[in-house]
Formats: sequence, C-alpha cells, structure tokens
Amino acid sequence: MHPQDWISVEEAGLYCHPAKLYIDPMLPVDSAVVTHGHADHARAGHQHVFASAETLAIMKTRYGEEMAEQTTALRMGSPVTLGNDTDPVTMTLYPAGHILGSTQVLLEYRGYRLVISGDYKRRHDPTCPPFEIVPCDVFITEATFGLPVFTHPPLSHEIDKLLTSLAVFSDRCHLVGTYALGKCQRVIIGLREAGYSKPIYLHGALQKLCDLYQQYDIELGELIPVNDVADKSSLAGEIVLAPPSALADRWSRSLPNVRTVMASGWMQIRARARQRQVELPLIISDHCDWPELLQTIEEVSPKEVWVTHGREDALVYQANLMGFKAKALSMVGYDDDEETG
Amino acid sequence: MEAFSDLLEQLYFTSGTNAKAALISHYIATTPDPDRGWAMAAIAGELKFDFFKRNTIKALMLERIDENLFAMSYDYVGEMSETVAHLWQPETPPSGDVELPGLNEVVDTFRNAKRTEVKPLLVALLDNMTASQRWALIKLGTRGLRIGVSARSIKQILANYGGVPIEEIEALWHGVEPPYTELLSWLENKGPKPDISDRVTFHPVMLSHPIDDDTREKLAASEWQIEPKFDGIRVQLVSAPAGKALFSRTGDDISGSFPDLLDTIDHNLVLDGELLVMHGDKVDTFNQLQQRLNKKKPSAKLMQSLPVAVMAYDLLELDGESLMGLPLTERRLRLTDYIEKHPGERLHLSPTYSVTDVAALEKLHQQVTEDTAIEGLMLKRKDSTYIPGRPKGLWYKWKRDPLLIDAVVMYAQRGHGKRSSFYSDFTFGAWEGDTLLPVGKAYSGFTDEELKKLDNWVRRNAVGRFGPVREVKKELVVEVAFDAVHPSSRHKSGVAMRFPRIHRIRWDKPAAEADTLESVKGLIETA
Ligand SMILES: [Zn+2]
Ligand SMILES: [Zn+2]
Repeated sequence: MHPQDWISVEEAGLYCHPAKLYIDPMLPVDSAVVTHGHADHARAGHQHVFASAETLAIMKTRYGEEMAEQTTALRMGSPVTLGNDTDPVTMTLYPAGHILGSTQVLLEYRGYRLVISGDYKRRHDPTCPPFEIVPCDVFITEATFGLPVFTHPPLSHEIDKLLTSLAVFSDRCHLVGTYALGKCQRVIIGLREAGYSKPIYLHGALQKLCDLYQQYDIELGELIPVNDVADKSSLAGEIVLAPPSALADRWSRSLPNVRTVMASGWMQIRARARQRQVELPLIISDHCDWPELLQTIEEVSPKEVWVTHGREDALVYQANLMGFKAKALSMVGYDDDEETG
Repeated sequence: MEAFSDLLEQLYFTSGTNAKAALISHYIATTPDPDRGWAMAAIAGELKFDFFKRNTIKALMLERIDENLFAMSYDYVGEMSETVAHLWQPETPPSGDVELPGLNEVVDTFRNAKRTEVKPLLVALLDNMTASQRWALIKLGTRGLRIGVSARSIKQILANYGGVPIEEIEALWHGVEPPYTELLSWLENKGPKPDISDRVTFHPVMLSHPIDDDTREKLAASEWQIEPKFDGIRVQLVSAPAGKALFSRTGDDISGSFPDLLDTIDHNLVLDGELLVMHGDKVDTFNQLQQRLNKKKPSAKLMQSLPVAVMAYDLLELDGESLMGLPLTERRLRLTDYIEKHPGERLHLSPTYSVTDVAALEKLHQQVTEDTAIEGLMLKRKDSTYIPGRPKGLWYKWKRDPLLIDAVVMYAQRGHGKRSSFYSDFTFGAWEGDTLLPVGKAYSGFTDEELKKLDNWVRRNAVGRFGPVREVKKELVVEVAFDAVHPSSRHKSGVAMRFPRIHRIRWDKPAAEADTLESVKGLIETA
C-alpha cells in the first residue's frame, strides 16, 4: 500500500498509522521513534521511545533518566516489527551521518518502503558512521540548506580560518558559538585534526555532552571548563567554546578582548552573521549542502521524494527537474532554528 | 583586487567605527597609488560610473542557473551580489594561484571597455575569484558598497592619516577626483596642497536634528529664527566664473534635470534652499516635483508645465566672499538684500516667523502644518554660523505629527541587507466594502524582536505565493504612520503614501475594525 495511505502529518508530527508510531514527535505521545538527539527532534515525556543507544543516552543526559516511561535501544540495520502481528510494519534504523547516534528510519508496510532521513550529511565525521543509501519507494528528506546558494566549504578550510585569526589576533580571546550537541564536538575534532593541541575551554552548558562523547571513546583532547579558570585574562589568545546564546550575554563580558566567532551553516549568508554581530563566521554544518542533497536524491533514487524541514520549495522544484515525483511535507514544530544549522 | 576584497570582508564583519577606521588607515598606508585612492572613492560612494549593470550580472547568472532557482535563492539571500557570489560556478575551476588584476587595472579595464567586451571581462574575473571576491567585485562594479563607512568617516580617516583638520578635507573633497593621488601625496607630506580654486564645487551642507519635547519646552524663543519646512528637496545652487551647478544635499550633481533654473542665475554665489515646483508664488505638491526629479533630460513642455524654483534660506558665498563664518542673522540680511535686488520667478526668499515664547511656537506649528504642503518647522539659532555636518544644538526640525491609520497586512516579502532572510516588507490594505485594497508598503518601524515575531507570524499564516511574495491571512492589523498621502493612478486603491512605517502592531485588533479606504483618502494633501 502506498505510504500516502498510512503516513500522515498530525499535530504532534509525522505518524505511521498501522504501527501507531510517531516519528520525532514534538508533543508527548504513546510510541515514538527518535532519529537523533537535537531538540527539534527529541522531546521528553513519551511513553515508549525507540532510538539508537547513543540517542537514548543523549536524551537522558539532556532530559534526565526519566525522559520516557520505556525505552528500546535499536541496533542499526536490525529490523523490529510493530503493529498488528498479521499485518506488521517493519522498522529498521540506518546511519544518517549527522551527529553521534543519528539515524534514518526505514518503515516497510504491505510491500512499500518509506525512508525518513531525519537530519543527515555526507561529509566525513568521526563521531558517527557515514550516511547509508537505503533504497526505497518514498524518501522523506530534510532541506535545511535546500537552496543552490548553500555550498559548504571543507571543514579543514574553516578551521584554518580560525587558526589564522588566532595567529593574527593573538591577544584576543576567540569565543566560538557552537551548538552543544554535535557542532561543538565537530569543531573540537576539526581543531585536533588540524594539529591544535592546546587545551580548549568550555562554557558550562557544553560540558555534559562533551563528557558523553568521550564516554563513547571519541577523542576530544584536553577540555577545561571556563569556570575553573581563576584568572580570565589568561584566556587571551585561547579558544573558548560556548552555546550561541552565550555569545552576547553577560557571561562573555568576563573574557578578555573577545573576538566573536560562530560555527554554523547559516554563516554563509552575510546578513545572518552580522545579525549576530559575528566577526568571524565559520561555515560548519552538520547538514547536507545543496549539491549533497541532489547527490543523495540521485543515489537513493526513490519513486517519490517528500521534502520537509527547511526550504522545501526549491528542493521540490529541483527534484521535479531531475525527474522525480516530489512534494513538500509541511510539518509544524520544526523550526529552522539557526542554532542547529 | 585581493587586498581590496580582503579589506571589504573585514570591514563588513567589524563593528565599531574605530576598528573600521584602523583597518582603512592600515590599508591606505600599505597599498600603493592609485589602487588605494580608488578604494577610498568606492567606499565613500564617489565612483561616478557603473562598471557593469545589475542586469548584466543577472543575465550572465541566468545563462548558468535555472531562473526559478535563481529567484528562490535571491528571495532568500535578499541581495543580488551575494546571491550571485554564491551561485557562480567557474566554467573551468581556477588553475591554482592565478593573481587577480589590481583595483586600478579593474577600474581602467571596465571604464575603457566597449559594450560588447564587458560580459567576457566580467566572466573571466568571476571565474577566477572566491565567493567573497565575487561579492566585492559586484558591489564595487554596481556601486552598491554599503559597509557602514560613510563618506564623512572616510574624510575623517584621511584627515587623521595626514594630521590635518577635517574641514580642510571637506573643503577640498568636491574639488579633487579619484584616485586622489595629489590629495594623498599632500597628506603624506610629499606634495603641495591640491589647488581647486577654478572648480565648481559642492560645499557640504549644515543639517538639523529632530527636536525632542524637552528641548522644545525649554527653548528661549527669541533666540531662534523659525522657517516653514517645505515639502521639496534640499539643494545647493553654485554659480562661479568656472560654471554653474545644482547639487543635492549629498553633493550629487543634478544640474542636468534643471537647465531652466540654472539659466536664470548669472551671479557669483552659493545658495542653500528648497527646490520646489512653483507657479508664480504658488507652491505645488511634492508629487509634481517628483516628475521633474525623475527626468534626467526634461522636455520643454515639462519644464513649462512644471517650472521649478528655489526657496532660498541661506547664502554661503557671494561674489567670492565666504559668509559661512557669519551668524545666521547676518547671512539672512545679505540673502534678503540679494533677492530684493535680483527679483525673479525662480528665486524666492523663504519666509521666517518670530515668536516670543514656547506657547506661541506651539500655536504656530499647529497653524503652519494645517497646510498639507508644509512638512513642519525649522528652528535655527540666530547666532549660528554655517557648520557643515550635523552640529548639535544649532538647527532643529519639528516635523508635523505623522498621520496614522490602522491597516491589515496582506502580503509579505523577505527584506534586504541587514534584514535579509526575514519577512520584513509588508503590504497593507484598507477596506472598501468587504474587500481590502493595498494602500502601501512598509519595511521599518519595528524592533528586531518584533521583526522575529512578524516573520514567524507570516510563516505560520501564509496562504499563497506569487514569486517571492507571500500572501497571508487577512488577520493582522498594524498601525501605520506616514507623512502624507497623494492621489495615484498607478495604484488600484488610488492613493500613495509617503514614508509609511509600522508604528505599532495591533496583535489584539480584529481586522474588520481596520480603517476604510475612504478615511485614507480623506487625508490626501491638497495643493
Ligand atoms: Zn539535527
Ligand atoms: Zn533538525
């Protein structure tokens, strides 16, 4: 049966009727599968949550042990059956390459295959296995950077910009705005890969998730909480990471001669960077850029593409040009929050 | 070109006047002539020709990308140069370290290029550039550099660089031309001061501040000269042995549009006044003046049906003598004297009023602004000398209270520049029976916080799309403030507003209670 007859957009989010299962719901529900731990996908208060073990650990770190009544950790590539025994839905998770624990969701029902990409990217990222091409009839793709203006430069190029700035403005504390989950650790790894071995300083809000990444044997090098630094003037010429919301608040005023840096895919658009009063924008994204979105659609080659989560219009239009049947799937609750870009 | 592009990139992301000035000074000190002079000219907005047209860029881009994808990208980015900078893909990837031509070479190349050569030149450059270099080139070539450095700041930076008072730069500025080699060599003590005595030059004008209630209530009325604020445009008329010119208040030479006015002046002087369409003594509306302003080469018929004149309120120079150091009262006497001796239809003396106390001033404001052709009052200290720029406490403007209506938001579009990627341009309408007719567009008046709320509201309440324009549910009422409203045959509603801005967002007010088109028409100005 065609997925349009068993999948719909409800108030809480995308709903699979025969499995009685929501995908990344924004309101508390009985049964949910969560693709990854970002707040615009993972919420607390569900009865039963299916997710990767890493995602469950992230949710517990953020929302506490009681974040759901019941949890089921799923292994990538291992199917589970849901719904009516005689008319089941088979669900399998596959890697999405977005952040630690991120997955795509494959739902199979009455001979049709539907893949929900969640958020994904195609670039190298040592914190998670790479995005896997999963053949399907309907592919629901995100479109956070779904416009041809978005082409993300290589990570090493952007890290170089930061290191060059550090050399030129060697007396300035480089305060880098990074989203706590994923972006923060990716910037740290990028710095380490570029040979930066000095300690990196962290705002308190980033600490717990970095600890969690390290528990998963992801090497982040020496991290020091800013709060443990008695003499803040010693942070001149150092790299401090903080959540974007802390860039302009009171907290940052204690740092010496701050140079404001921000790591996000949105930083490619000048006005966006300036709206945040960023002096050094770094284009570092955990999502696909435009060429990668097109490449993925081409490679998955589904019968139909449904586009959600961002700039749907352009990607629907382009998918049509490429010969795919495509439509926008508008969902409430998914904010194109610049912090997760 | 690399150095210039780097400078722009850094200026763009640097906030704070001092930090920007430091970057520019460093660039001047380390960049050779004539590149550095062209850079100053570009930043100060002194380039007098486009290297290429925006349409040329767009046409080249559309040879390389689907039209709809371009439109969607432009709509999102909100700015043509940046959209193209990101979308441009070199036909063949740049081969390693190609050195770009210097800024002077780029300027020269485009200035001397034949029409047919422009496109290939541009393509060759864009192909070898990074996205931010492409952005810089397009900004430069279409004279669209807006990086928060004013012409005045450039003059200040040059003054500091040479250790001379800014007044000296101000006085020279409109007599020297890019790439300013002589000026820079003088500032570096390597050459003589440029001689501009034989040029027809613009003299930077003195500007006023809006008056606040506090200042107004404490005013010693007898110390002030009070003038009506006409609804025209501020001009400077210069007539010298070397020639004649009419300048806008920013120093643009607009002589070409007003030969009928310049022909009537044959005296050595510099006059400050308001340009108006006048039939004898009768002042016509701004709407009519607009028709003259739009014509670079007016026909004899237009000049006859809409004759322009200057309502003079200041005299800066007469017969080669500078009057700028004299107090206003004395300049006024000289001006009155001159106009009395040279009567004509093209030059009028702006009236003045005198009041003895604040109460009388308030009454005067009320009376004067009953005439919809008057924008308000100008208050000038009688002892003020003529100081270019916007000195504090000497000249004030007291505008008429804005007109207000409650209108319903109908369409929204993403903004440009600082507000790009947010829905920030709103078309609003008034009721005619039970249909709404658009009466204006506003893109300012709200705070950043309100902007985010409006953007969010639009995204949640969009019902249709026409290209970049989103139609929204007819549910949100905004209080719109504007300076005037004119009849207009170009708009379906029959009206056009002047300077509409959003005064308040009426989240609480039902759309049905917004104003009618009839009440808007009741506010139309009459000549
Ligand atoms: Zn995400
Ligand atoms: Zn997301």
